[in-house]
Amino acid sequence: MSAAAPLLMVQNCSLRFGGIAALTDVSLQIREGELVGLIGPNGAGKTSLFNVLTGVYRPTEGRILFEGTSLDGLPPHRINNLGMARTFQNIRLFSSLDVRMNVRTSFIARLRNGLVNTVRRGRSFRGDEQKISEEGNRLLAYFKLEEAATHSSRSLSYGDQRRLEIVRALATKPRLLLLDEPAAGMNPTEKEELKRLIGQIRHEFGTAILLVEHDMKVVMGICERLVVLDQGRVISEGAPHEIRADPKVIAAYLGNSGGEETP
Amino acid sequence: MPSAVPFLHNSTVLGTATPLLKNPRLGLAVALAGAVLLQSCGGWIDPYVTQVILFASINVILAVSLNLVMGETGQFSLCHAAFMAVGAYASALLTGRLLPASFPHLVLTGTSPASQALFLPVLVISGLVAALAGFVVGAPSLRLRGDYLAMVTLGFGEIIRVILQNTNAVGGARGMEGILPVTNLFWAVGTAAVALYTMIALVRSTYGRGFHAVRDDEIAAAAMGINTTKFKVTAFVIGAFFAGVAGALYAHAVEYISPEGFNFLRSFEIIVMVILGGLGRPVGVAVAAILITLLNEWLRDLSQFRMVVYALIIILFMIYRPSEKVATLLHRLMPFGRNDESRTP
Repeated sequence: MSAAAPLLMVQNCSLRFGGIAALTDVSLQIREGELVGLIGPNGAGKTSLFNVLTGVYRPTEGRILFEGTSLDGLPPHRINNLGMARTFQNIRLFSSLDVRMNVRTSFIARLRNGLVNTVRRGRSFRGDEQKISEEGNRLLAYFKLEEAATHSSRSLSYGDQRRLEIVRALATKPRLLLLDEPAAGMNPTEKEELKRLIGQIRHEFGTAILLVEHDMKVVMGICERLVVLDQGRVISEGAPHEIRADPKVIAAYLGNSGGEETP
Repeated sequence: MPSAVPFLHNSTVLGTATPLLKNPRLGLAVALAGAVLLQSCGGWIDPYVTQVILFASINVILAVSLNLVMGETGQFSLCHAAFMAVGAYASALLTGRLLPASFPHLVLTGTSPASQALFLPVLVISGLVAALAGFVVGAPSLRLRGDYLAMVTLGFGEIIRVILQNTNAVGGARGMEGILPVTNLFWAVGTAAVALYTMIALVRSTYGRGFHAVRDDEIAAAAMGINTTKFKVTAFVIGAFFAGVAGALYAHAVEYISPEGFNFLRSFEIIVMVILGGLGRPVGVAVAAILITLLNEWLRDLSQFRMVVYALIIILFMIYRPSEKVATLLHRLMPFGRNDESRTP
């Protein structure tokens, strides 16, 4: 669909748990800096697709290429190191760490100082800690979380916890950011704020985003392209206004005969 | 408004970070100087008190090293005494067999300069042997979680004990006796200080937050690029290393070791210290180790009622958590460790 090689290429991926097909023959592409929405009714396989992309599950069939590298068999932390970061549908912050330490964990994979230098407290260790601290604080300030820097991550409001998860994912310097229902549980003001935040991430960091979201106002408002999943299959793909008019999508959401087709 | 002031905030955040980065070393230097001082006054200290200090130091090493595995990384390990046994036997073989055989003209007694000078490499080698055992157990089993890991470590602890019991070369069930009494106040207190410093310095760093991330949420940690298995194995190996060093100190303090001394109950006693001290708080755990050592000594006179009173006191400890209170007090008095955790906003 475009001349440039895509950032992420999913080719005919299937995921089965015994007899249950969570994903069937899913293909999709995400280009550099693109904002793609992934929608579908409950149980359509959106989170399963996220888990396949990030290495939590291994696809039963098909392959995934990230910047031309096959992700087959790579564990989640290696996939993150390649430049793909995610947030979680049910927030997964590090609850015993304060806000700034939550962000700092994202720098661990890129640390130059290992065990020995850390214990020795050498000069390069101190320099690096300083740099990480500054960079983390800058990110927190940019996303207006600096007031809460030393608060426990548990004490944050729901919306702030979601925002912190996004900051923590961004701190790993991803090329592609996967957001799993970031607007869930947010009030209308927070949703507006989130839309602004996603726009900011794209423009300031140049990160491509794959967004799973139930809130159509959020999705339709900011995504350039939507992929619709139903029962583990891609049933439609295109610009928001095309998706809105697609009878297959309407059938999937409103429950037409489309739901009875055998997988 | 907020974007205009972030750098003001930066400075306050760094302000709390600076003493944290510098002062653990100061604490270590003070503690090592204290160990030297203690040793030089050793002649005036009552032999019984000396022995209690040795045991307390050894328990501190055991407890803070298990705390890295259980408290900081959240992995349940039931075989810490087995790593201690590996270190104890390794060191006893080194000083009792290998050294006299390879250097026949060395004068090896408890206080001779040769054995004192060679004790540092002996401690390190014993620790490394135990660390190797930790790697062998940890690398495959740390892919397991929770109860399964507990079972594997419980099994490993028993395997070590049974192997030692049935190896005649190390005395079998009779154990090894006549080990040189090399361990003195300097070695015990000094090593405890090094162990405590290592744990605090390790955890209070960006690197060290990896252990906490693994404990809090393994899936999220992996998604943030942290190699969770590597962190778990690292914690396990460092924990085993210090348990081995503690075992070597123990063997050269009591001059006699037997497999029964390193059974499951010994592991359990170390676990009690870690839990009493507050999982993930090295200073609290060290205080708990000292309190339990003292408790063991006080209860010696009660003979058959000892375990009853011990259990009661442990229950009271659990309710009132004195070691956490002492640790909080120490944190307030000492330069390091303040403003570090998220507890104080």
